[in-house]
Parts: sequence; structure tokens; C-alpha cells
Amino acid sequence: MDALIRFTGTVLPLPARDINNDVVVPGRFLKMIDRDDARLRLALFHDWRFFEDGRPRPEFPMNRPEHQGATILLTGANFGCGSGREKAPWALLASGFRAVISTSFAEIFRSNALNNGLLPVTVAARAARALLAAVTKEPGLEVTIDLPAQEVRWRGGRASFPIDSFSKRCLVRGWDPLDYLLWHAGAISRFERTR
Amino acid sequence: MTRRRFCEAVGVGAAALALPGCGGRARTLYDKIWDAHRVLEEPGYPAVLYVDLHLLQDNTSSPAFHGLRRRGLSVRRPERTIATIDHTLSTTDPARPHPDPTTRAIIEAMRANSRGAGIRLFDIDSGQQGISHVIAPELGLTQPGMTIVCADSHTSTHGAFGALAFGIGTTDVERVLATQCLLASRSKRLEARIDGALPAGCTAKDVILALLAKLGIDGAVGHVIEYRGSAVRALSMEGRMTLCNMTIEAGARAGLVAPDDTTFEYLASREHAPRGRAFDEAVVRWRALATDDGAAFDTAVHLDASALEPMVTWGTDPGTAVPITARVPDPAARPGAGERASARRALAYMDLRPGEPLLGRRVDVVFLGSCTNARLTDLRLAAALLRGRRIQVKRMLVVPGSQQVKRACEAEGLHRVFLDAGCEWRAPGCSMCMALNGDEVAPGQYCVSTSNRNFEGRQGPGARTFLASPLTAAASALTGALEDPRRWTR
Ligand code: SF4
Repeated sequence: MDALIRFTGTVLPLPARDINNDVVVPGRFLKMIDRDDARLRLALFHDWRFFEDGRPRPEFPMNRPEHQGATILLTGANFGCGSGREKAPWALLASGFRAVISTSFAEIFRSNALNNGLLPVTVAARAARALLAAVTKEPGLEVTIDLPAQEVRWRGGRASFPIDSFSKRCLVRGWDPLDYLLWHAGAISRFERTR
Repeated sequence: MTRRRFCEAVGVGAAALALPGCGGRARTLYDKIWDAHRVLEEPGYPAVLYVDLHLLQDNTSSPAFHGLRRRGLSVRRPERTIATIDHTLSTTDPARPHPDPTTRAIIEAMRANSRGAGIRLFDIDSGQQGISHVIAPELGLTQPGMTIVCADSHTSTHGAFGALAFGIGTTDVERVLATQCLLASRSKRLEARIDGALPAGCTAKDVILALLAKLGIDGAVGHVIEYRGSAVRALSMEGRMTLCNMTIEAGARAGLVAPDDTTFEYLASREHAPRGRAFDEAVVRWRALATDDGAAFDTAVHLDASALEPMVTWGTDPGTAVPITARVPDPAARPGAGERASARRALAYMDLRPGEPLLGRRVDVVFLGSCTNARLTDLRLAAALLRGRRIQVKRMLVVPGSQQVKRACEAEGLHRVFLDAGCEWRAPGCSMCMALNGDEVAPGQYCVSTSNRNFEGRQGPGARTFLASPLTAAASALTGALEDPRRWTR
């Protein structure tokens, strides 16, 4: 996993709340033997992005010229609910996203995102509204996400976000939590002997 | 011997930690299981939690094995891991190689990965294949006090036995395969107290749909729910599984029911449950798992089961359940702007109008199946309504949750009831719950489904889902429209 420290990018606004993982990656795209980025890019928000005949829906924000190249998704509460499919953060990463900003996340999505270096940024409702208003006014607005400072900054606004210290250290230093578990193999064996 | 000395004498295993009083404070069922599985917890780090049983399914495990191979790691505890093929399997002719090459490759990968790691796979020739959350309980693999994980959000089902069971992602599968442990932090505790006797025509499915309507689909985020109260005690294990299964739809980490005589009766003589004296000893330990008197919950919610009606969802999330006699709600009446927008979107997708009655709404397809409602009692309930009658919908799929369930139904002649009524009697699998295997609802069609999710596109692109109980599903199949099962059960 690459270290993720601070970066600046533009925002794709998708303000609906409760966007579930069946919408993020519809079921029929899930079948894969190993992570398949081309398929995941096609799958992302597929049924909201395309008509049944495959033509793009012009009004969907991802299809708007002003939002091409966005690396930050700004979305409504309880993002990633329902299915725990890890293909949801994979598809976002494969499509160039590095962070998702919302007022809340579903638990498995949040954990899957952190495990893959996609940063879930939980901000207060007021900050989310302010950022949405700013992006609506100026779609190319540059937004900086500063993980060490746990802060989102844009011209005219800023918001802090929480993250547990372990996840933060893993992301900033590019650590893999599996190494932490493997490091404790001895303790795990001792635990197994007590049962 | 004092209680503390006794705890020390028997060590720090699950048994000791489950004893009331060890540690000196009143604990919930959840706390006891958590404490008994915490390998270590260092300041500034999440806890290392030991996993007793790891379930693998075809749709999510292959990339995890690739990850293991890339790192040169092997499976630490193959005997604590079991595998099944459920999501992608054809329910018409599972033994024939699947026509879709990717599906074929996924199934073959599951076989090769299990064989290579020495993991027991419940394949189609085992006589025990089925949906993971159906087979682990019926084989007695799911036991009280265990920690159980699976890369599948409905792993919460196993909480019905008083096991701490939850869904994980593919990266976590890789970690559990390599270390038999997970990194996790403690959840808050939510007490869902459900009292009163369920009225005729209502089932555990109606209870959980009503609770979801009350909590909302993010109402339990950060929590583990313990279901308590007289209505929960009165439920069969199968009903409790239905309840815990849909716990995830409230955003909860897991759902739990304290084990009791109903649990022990279900487990006695199951293939992988302890036997004889070992079983009796296990029962003593299992009983001690119950939440201590005076243990504190962070949140509480109450539901009066006696006031319930058969429930059905009108929208595109499982929190949109209303009594089947209700009308489609008006989005304008919802509290926040976000909720109003979601409701309007849902009504557009479902092509429903505020104020119109749900009863009598056209239904094209009925799906009786899934890890929520494809066990023997579920199929019996539906068969009782269908017996000697003909369905009026275009198609009704009946997909038993496992080969064991299928055989039990056939031994009772239920398959004949379904076939005579005009239903399709299929081989076990997830089928139309997720439409991964080719069983789909056509775009724009309405399906009454006993599964757990009515999200846009869940049962196929453009498919419209009404979630309901097996009774409501059967009654609607007989009417060709949304129907109150009480009209058929009286
Ligand atoms: S039946 Fe449906 S919810 Fe259950 S495991 Fe299969 S796909 Fe998932």
C-alpha cells in the first residue's frame, strides 16, 4: 500500500444519502478471480452512470466534463451501506479516487476503505454542506486533504476529521496491518494453547 | 473456592471468562465473548481478536488466496475454516459446468484453493452444500460463545446462537487465513427488547422488518444488538436466524440472542456439535454466556410484537417497511431533506405513488429463498398456503437454503406442493437474492422476495423488490398481487 499523506484534488459531488454498495458496484460486476481494475472502473456507479443501452446519462455528475479527473468523492450520510463487498473501495480507487468525504460511513465499508488506502473522511454536517455549496459554485475547486493534520481545506473553508491513531499510522507510513498480526504470532500461539 | 480463584484455576479460556463475576462486573453476552477472544490489546492499537470459525464463499475468497500467495503465506488453521459454493452456483443444474466462463473459473478456484490449503469444502457432491449461513448452523458448526467471520455481511445470522458473528472484507479474509485473528475495536451495545406474542400471520421476518423501520438503516451503526424479551425467547432457532440475519440492515456490527434450551435442543445431535458428556459440559458453559443482571447497554429500543402486522417494504432500502395494509407514504412527510430525496428516488425507481394502497399492487415474480428465509420452517409456512392451489404470478422460484433443507422438504412432499402450485423447485444457492448466478428478475418487474435487500438492481438491473415474509410471499403468489397472508391463514 502506498503511503497517503496529503494531497490536493477536485471533488465529485454525489450528495444522496445511504448510497449502498449494490449501487457502488452492482452485483453482476462482482465476479472476478482477482482484483480486475478495468472491470471495476466500468462497474463504479454503473446503473446510475449509464442507461440500459449503455449510453452515459448526461446529468450524472461523473459524466459531467467539469468533474472529470476528480479524486475526492463528496457524498451523503451512511455511505457504503448494505453489502460488505471490498470491490466498492477497489472500484473507487481504480477510478482514481483517494478519499471519500461524508458525514458518516457504514462500518464494513469504512474498514475496507482503510485497508486499501482509500481515506474515509468523516466531517460535521455543516462542513459537508459548506463544501458542497463551494463545489457547486466552483466545480474545479481545489481541495486539500491533510492526513497528518486530520484536516480538509479549501478556499474559504476547512474542516477537521477524526481517525484512529493506528489507521493513521498505517496510512501515513504505508504499513500493512497484517504485519502487526504476524508480529504477534507468538502471542496467538500462546492464546491457542489456553483454549 | 472463591469465584476469582476458580477463574484462575481453570485458566483464561472461554469457559472461565464466561463465568459471571470473573472480572468483577456485570457483563453483557457481547462483552463475555469479546473478552474471551481478545488475544491482546496494546494502547494505541486495535484489539487482536481470535476467530473460532471462518466461513469462505465463492464470490469473495479468491482474491484473498491470491493475496496470501503473493506474500508467501499459508493458511494457519485450515481446520477452523470451511468453504461453500453458494453465490454463483446454477440452481437449475449445479453439476453441469456453468455456461459463464468467469463463474466456472470462480467455482474451480474455490475448489483448488480449498484443496490446496486443506480446507473442507462443502461442494455439490457433499450432500451438505448450501448457503454458508444455512449450512454452518445446521451442521452444528455454529456454536454459542464462538467468534465467526465470513466475507459476507449476513454472517450476522449466526448470532442467533449467541455467537459473535460478523461480515468482513476480502483483505480481512486474507488476515484471518494467515493468522486466525482480526484487528477490531469494541462496539457499543444496543438492547432490542421485543415482548408480546406474535399475532397470526406474522413471523420473525415481520419482526425484523418492523424493527428496521423503527431504527432506520443506519440506526445501529457502531453497535452490536442483543435481542431480548419474551417474543425472542418464543422464536425457534430458524426465526432467530431470520432476526439476526437482517441485523446488518440497521448498520449494526452483529446481532445476538443468548443461548437457551431452544438453542441446545437445536444443537443436540447435530453432526459437528459436541456429544454425550462433552455436550452436557458445553451446555453449562453456554448457559453462563447470558447477559448478567445489571449489565449496562449503551442504547435501547423496544418493540411490541403483539401489535405487529405482516410487513412489506415499498422503497429501495430495507428500512422502508410498513404494514401491508398501509399506503405508500408521502416523501414530503419524511424528516430531513436527504430522506425526502431518497424517498422520492425510491418511489420513482419502484414506480409507486404516494397514497396508493400496497395491497393489490401487481406482482410478477415471487422468490422464496436466501439466507434469511430458506430453511425448512420457512418453506413449510409457504407450502401450507400453496397446498392445493395455483399461483397467479408469472413465476415463483423456491430455492431451499441447502441440500439438507431440500432433502427434508422432499421427504415431507413439500416439493410436490410447490410444483403442483406452478412453482419452480430449484437446487440450493443464493439465486435471485443477488442475481449473480443467472436467476434474475426482469427490468421493471415486481418481485415479492423473502430475501434481505431491496436495493436498486439487487435482483437484476431495473428489478423492483418488495421484501416480505414467506407467508406474505406465498399469499401474494396466489393472488398475483401484494396480499395480506391473514386472508389465507384464517
Ligand atoms: S442468500 Fe443473499 S444475502 Fe444471503 S449470502 Fe447469499 S447473496 Fe448474500
